[in-house]
Amino acid sequence: MAMQANEIEALIRAAIPDAVVEITDLAGDGDHYAARVTSETFRGMSRLAQQRTVYAALGERMGGVLHALQLTTAVPN
Amino acid sequence: MTDPVHARIDGIVKGADVVLFMKGTPLFPQCGFSSRACAILDRLGVAFDSVDVLQDQDIRQGIKGYSDWPTIPQLYVKGEFVGGSDIMMEMYEAGELQQLMVDQGVVGA
Repeated sequence: MAMQANEIEALIRAAIPDAVVEITDLAGDGDHYAARVTSETFRGMSRLAQQRTVYAALGERMGGVLHALQLTTAVPN
Repeated sequence: MTDPVHARIDGIVKGADVVLFMKGTPLFPQCGFSSRACAILDRLGVAFDSVDVLQDQDIRQGIKGYSDWPTIPQLYVKGEFVGGSDIMMEMYEAGELQQLMVDQGVVGA
């Protein structure tokens, strides 16, 4: 079963409260998303650490019910 | 730490300068993310070993624990985990992936 975009956003914001999350449904099938997550939390972190933080928020859904998530992380300007 | 799958993966990761764990093969990638990872490495002119995780369920699951990273593809350079396809793309666009390959001596400057 696929996930809804707002579910993905809610999970990320639950773990990273200040995150600005932009979700794009890439294929319109509820299964292939792009997420851009911007948070002050990421400042000073490597890209790996930033993405791990988001993956941790999504838990085991990542690679499971959430099949494809193109992920971009950024620090606010 | 005597997990045989972990030991196998460790051997693969350290057995070549550049290793890409992917779905499918560079010629026939089975996933858009894996396809993109191969395209980036090709663009950089980097020779790499690829491991098709679809052919080996132990590795498919084990690699996620090995790197503490939940998705595939996964790129390793000189035994170090670099990232998945999104990080590869960000690094590529910033010129950092090329720099890493040059610094590691796996591609000419």
